[in-house]
Amino acid sequence: MKRTLLTGNGAAAWGARLAAVDYIPAFPITPQTEIIETLADWIDTGEISGRLVTMESEHSMVTAAGSAAATGVRVFSATSSQGLLYAMEMLYTVSGWRAPFVLANVSRGLSAPITLEPDHNDILAARDSGFLQIHCASCQEVLDSTLMAYRLAEDERIRLPVIVNLDGFYLSFTREPVQIPDADAARQFVGSFDAENIRFRASAPESQAVAVLGGGPYSYFRYETHLAAINGAAVYDEIAEEFSRCFGRKHDAVEAYRADDADYLFVMMGSFASKAREAVDRLREDGWAIGLLRPRLLRPLPVVHLQKLLAKRKAVAVIDQNISMGMGGILHSELASVLYGRNDAPTVLASFIGGLGGRDISTEEFFEMAQSIRQAVETGQTPAPRLLYTQTELREVRKLQAIAQVERQQLGAIDD
Amino acid sequence: MYRIRFHGRGGQGMKTASRILGTAFFLEGYEVQDAPRYGAERRGAPIFAYVRADRAPINERGIIRHPDLVIVADDSLVPVPAAGVLAGITDHSLMLINSAEKEQVWKQRLNHSGTILTLPVAADVTERAELPYVGAACAGAAARLIGVISEAALEQAIKDELSDLGADIVNKNLHNAVAAYQAMASHAGLVKEGSLVSAVDYEAPDWIDLPFDDARISAPTIHAAATSVLVKTGLWRTQRPVIDFDHCKGCWWICSSYCPDGAINVVDAKPVIDYDHCKGCMVCVAQCPSHAIEAIPEKQAKADEDATQLEIGEIT
Repeated sequence: MKRTLLTGNGAAAWGARLAAVDYIPAFPITPQTEIIETLADWIDTGEISGRLVTMESEHSMVTAAGSAAATGVRVFSATSSQGLLYAMEMLYTVSGWRAPFVLANVSRGLSAPITLEPDHNDILAARDSGFLQIHCASCQEVLDSTLMAYRLAEDERIRLPVIVNLDGFYLSFTREPVQIPDADAARQFVGSFDAENIRFRASAPESQAVAVLGGGPYSYFRYETHLAAINGAAVYDEIAEEFSRCFGRKHDAVEAYRADDADYLFVMMGSFASKAREAVDRLREDGWAIGLLRPRLLRPLPVVHLQKLLAKRKAVAVIDQNISMGMGGILHSELASVLYGRNDAPTVLASFIGGLGGRDISTEEFFEMAQSIRQAVETGQTPAPRLLYTQTELREVRKLQAIAQVERQQLGAIDD
Repeated sequence: MYRIRFHGRGGQGMKTASRILGTAFFLEGYEVQDAPRYGAERRGAPIFAYVRADRAPINERGIIRHPDLVIVADDSLVPVPAAGVLAGITDHSLMLINSAEKEQVWKQRLNHSGTILTLPVAADVTERAELPYVGAACAGAAARLIGVISEAALEQAIKDELSDLGADIVNKNLHNAVAAYQAMASHAGLVKEGSLVSAVDYEAPDWIDLPFDDARISAPTIHAAATSVLVKTGLWRTQRPVIDFDHCKGCWWICSSYCPDGAINVVDAKPVIDYDHCKGCMVCVAQCPSHAIEAIPEKQAKADEDATQLEIGEIT
């Protein structure tokens, strides 16, 4: 086992390498490109076998990934943001084929306006696609989760593709110390892919995921996919346990940081959650009973774990790095549904939206959110959903708008 | 925790500098986080890279708000607001500027009460084209200013980070980095670890409720032509392509077709480079079949230009 500095992208590539993947359909997009460049380089130098094919789009890439998985080979691919959305039609299709493979998504906010920096609206657009989702908060987790994802995808109780999500920039281009497991130990943990009845062959045409006419059979297949995804929660726990035994690192479905005795909790996903850990440490020094919950597994949603971990808390601040237009934070909605009707549910479940397009969340803002939910407990009033946004930021936007207005006038696009 | 920020232009090796320093810290037993930050990647545009190092695992992420050490590889960036060189600088922050100008000049100019040092190896680097090697020098100087990184760890880090580029490049970088490391000997350990934010006494964010603006204001639209003409992307150039019309065969279409920015126009069947918008990618230099386009360091080209202007001025 070697400890070295790796970017999140490098860690994803190492995950694919250690899982001994056979086939990598690829299409580049910022900030994912380094993943496929690294794998291509290793194939070039003969460090790994397997085949990498650059496709003409992400739509074709996911089609190729699903088709290859349906022949029984082990497949890895990676994309981000607009690429994931371009492939959206095929995400639903290949999961319906029950073709297991692993797709790394490097989160990046969606257009328009366009950005390169991260938020989770890309990955959450794939929430209902039938892909399982693991969200990472460190480069180590990216590597480990990729290995675990193959076990999850290929498990006979699941047989679904899995997305491993890492945040652009904050993980993709950030180097951190990462333990690279020994190749043999990793191979033994992941095992070989037993495709069983998946035997799609070009030379022997047969139907994969046939057309069905009528809602009866259609509902059957769709609901079976749902049940398989639901199985993922228990299977994930088994895999995490085994991973911990093999490598000494425990990646729970929901990370609970200093949460045991906490009256107050932050709940958030992805790499920004480590900022919340920092805030928890500082608040604890000031005597706060506060902690963090971080769902790593989003699909299936680890409902039982969440219910248990959220029970009997005074107040919870859910910080969503995403926004469902016309509703608000997606994780907030999901947690509300997880808690509805439970006697031990926290009375305050406050919603905050922050980190859109990589907008930083300062430690002071975490302190302020903690104050806000404590005040809510005192007053009995849950605060209205809040976008983390400052007067200074709005002033900057107003400045840009004023410049744009003047330019448009000078260019004669609008009347003076 | 140590928080260090490197500022430079794309192509000057700031990402490499952050990696060299990150690896050197790691070799000394520190937990490390290093990362570059940029928009759409491009040569010559302002970028920064940062390093965090601590004895304990690091939970902080993203941009460094209050750096302990800021290294500026290219002093032309200091007055560029978008480069953010001065962002979050406090009395505690040490600034190291790669500049031919004196420390006292920078101290006055920036009205900075903390320490400002200049990087003396800058004298060796007369041409911007040589600036890529400045990355290693910046990392070397930073390592000594921080004071917890040995020369051996610095050298090993350079070898680890650059070995793919061949022995010549490694040696040149080693030479520059070690020279900078030694030049900073009298300031060794001057950089002190910054403190953590306190939950007791902190400045509350000036949060607002974002107001509704109707779509005439809030839609991100540009409906006027050619606004990008107003952006002088020529400022990003570190090298300037110059056409030698003695050798130009006047085919005109090769350089102008290959120019990714449409910055080569054809006037009277001759190519003319629009220096307001040429970013200095040098694709034209590589493509010209008669090798009639030369790459000249921007600083030199500007000096030549000024000299010519002066001559004209004297005549008239």
